[in-house]
Amino acid sequence: MSGIVEFGRGCVRQVLTGGRAYKAWLALLLAAIAVGAVAYARQAAVGLIATNMRDDVSWAFYIGNFTFLVGVAAAAVLLVIPAYVYQWKPLKEVVVLGELLAISALVMCLLFVLVDMGRPDRFLHVLPLLGKPNFPRSLLTWDALVLNTYLFVNLALVLYLLYRTYRGRGYDRRVFLPLVLLSIPIAISTHTVTAFLYDGMAARPYWNASILAPRFIASAFCSGPAVMIVLFQILRRTNDFPIQDEAIWKIAELMSYAMFLNLFLLGAELFKEYYSATEHLAYTQYLWRGLRDASGAPHGALVPYAWISLACSVSAFLLFLVPRTRKDYRTLNLGCLLIWAGVYIEKGMGLIIPGFTPSALGQIYEYTPTGTEWAVAVGVFGIGFLVFTLLVKIAVPILVGTFRAPDRARVPAPAGAGTASP
Amino acid sequence: MSANRSRPPSGPVTRRAFLRTAAAGAAVSAAACSGAPGLEAVLRKHFRELSPDELRRDLARIERRNRERFGRATHVTAEGPRPGVEFGYGLDLSRCVGCRRCVYACVKENNQSRRNPQIHWIQVLEMEKEHGVDLAHADLYYEADAVPRPGKFYFPVQCQQCRDPPCVKVCPTQATWKERDGIVVVDYDWCIGCRCCMSACPYGARHFNWAAPTLPPGELNPEQHHLGNRPRPKGVVEKCTFCIQRTRAGRYPACVEACPVGARKFGDLLDAESEIRRVMETKRVFVFKEELATHPRLYYFYAT
Repeated sequence: MSGIVEFGRGCVRQVLTGGRAYKAWLALLLAAIAVGAVAYARQAAVGLIATNMRDDVSWAFYIGNFTFLVGVAAAAVLLVIPAYVYQWKPLKEVVVLGELLAISALVMCLLFVLVDMGRPDRFLHVLPLLGKPNFPRSLLTWDALVLNTYLFVNLALVLYLLYRTYRGRGYDRRVFLPLVLLSIPIAISTHTVTAFLYDGMAARPYWNASILAPRFIASAFCSGPAVMIVLFQILRRTNDFPIQDEAIWKIAELMSYAMFLNLFLLGAELFKEYYSATEHLAYTQYLWRGLRDASGAPHGALVPYAWISLACSVSAFLLFLVPRTRKDYRTLNLGCLLIWAGVYIEKGMGLIIPGFTPSALGQIYEYTPTGTEWAVAVGVFGIGFLVFTLLVKIAVPILVGTFRAPDRARVPAPAGAGTASP
Repeated sequence: MSANRSRPPSGPVTRRAFLRTAAAGAAVSAAACSGAPGLEAVLRKHFRELSPDELRRDLARIERRNRERFGRATHVTAEGPRPGVEFGYGLDLSRCVGCRRCVYACVKENNQSRRNPQIHWIQVLEMEKEHGVDLAHADLYYEADAVPRPGKFYFPVQCQQCRDPPCVKVCPTQATWKERDGIVVVDYDWCIGCRCCMSACPYGARHFNWAAPTLPPGELNPEQHHLGNRPRPKGVVEKCTFCIQRTRAGRYPACVEACPVGARKFGDLLDAESEIRRVMETKRVFVFKEELATHPRLYYFYAT
């Protein structure tokens, strides 16, 4: 028991000490959180009228961010599968970081749902015993279930692994492996269930397509690892974290396959919509070309973003496909940035807004986020990045062996212990 | 107030009920100390789990709250569905002239927010005769000063009171459900404002209180139903209830009474003599978006 208290104290020490850049980064994140808190306080006081959502576009920026971040969270599994199923050593070292990213992304997901709720004071009504969950009929109850399960499995995995490594002991495969294997289907199901949330709505033809869940998975396998690749390079420089080039290039290669699949599925969808050209084409048209309303006025707020997203995705795909640009860190990082931007638009606003435009009664309400919505989103991202920063600040020294239980400080980790024995 | 709902006999105390009672007990004492309005509402049970006593207290609470908010006495009931009654609605598209009198009668009757947000449970679409019922050529925002306009016809849409309502299916908290007389209702004190139902509704029939509703006290309709036209709080969803406060008392919905051309018909689908049955037997009816298999209780027809 005293070991756990000691561990907790050590973690606090880790988090509170750091260089100038680290402290400046924390200050920046705290400022972002403050901005978000002020904006949210205002929204809580006046209601969601502080956003630009209205009856015609009743989900928007918040839910778009939520959807994108579910993808980021699910992507941790891309690193888990080869590392554990195929025992691929170079990736095994970095899986923990993927799981930390998943935890932070899930925190942001849950916060984005919370800020979107009209009555956050009643969130207990979704819970069993205290509330009256409409399970199994309502997909949102499923989503709450899988997101929280995924969060707790990841937390358990990471805590177990880090604590054992901190104590200088290897992990017990009988505990660890079942949890890892469990996290794989849960990761897939989080994003699938989120896709089903939209997919199951016959009232919204833009979402009501069986291709939606596969597209979600494909794009998630691009956006999540893009963050990881950038992070690995930062950690390599600042912490002597032993991540091999080989691991990074392997992830980039897997991303290019995922992006190919994503673009192929997008093409399949565009073909179906444009060739059959039924009344359901209107939503796709709103995204790619804009629409005119009954009075003839044009509406195309999303059109530039749609094309920017496509351009980003296609160029990133090419950069990651060609071995020469994949292995050059300048083009690799550019590709990560492009993928992030491309998928953020595609799985955020590009998914949610055309689902509602035109509305169920054929009307066009052109949505753009208000300052309040931007500020609240900045706050939520601030919290997510803060959680991630603190987790990484604790995990990396444990993994590289500089943060150990006092009685273990001078004992080298046993062979094969932990995920990163330098 | 009256609480004569028919309800199944209450079973043994469940664990949930126990937990909730314990939580409510704690909350009530907390509320008594702080005097915070609404806390009682926040921690109350789901409407369908209230005992007759609790329901009576809840109705009294709403009347008290109405007096605080609007300075007026109101009469709030929770009149249950009548046995052997299933409501149906008929809308004659050949008569409707698009005057929107139904819209405003509905707003008044049902205490909808007047502006910011402006909520209309009935939405009248102006359509082109050339295209027929085609939402891609429908205008919700037409000027109603010179209707009917040449080449146009009018297509009012409100909650279709579906037999298989997608909104009920997606609600994560069972805050909306279908009553035995076919009316789909919302418990405004249970809704969490997630707006899944608004995404799921193919008829744009669900509306959200983006802010606290603006309702001039002088225009408040004091005859209210718990599941219908009582003033709503901020952040919850609302919808047409076939004027539950009127129709369960044997009256017509406000829109049916307001229609100057008699385009709106209403009655009991199980009563062979009712107006709606006459429409269905003598006219040819259709339902809106039949391909979605929501099986509406609102039937459109062309009488002439």
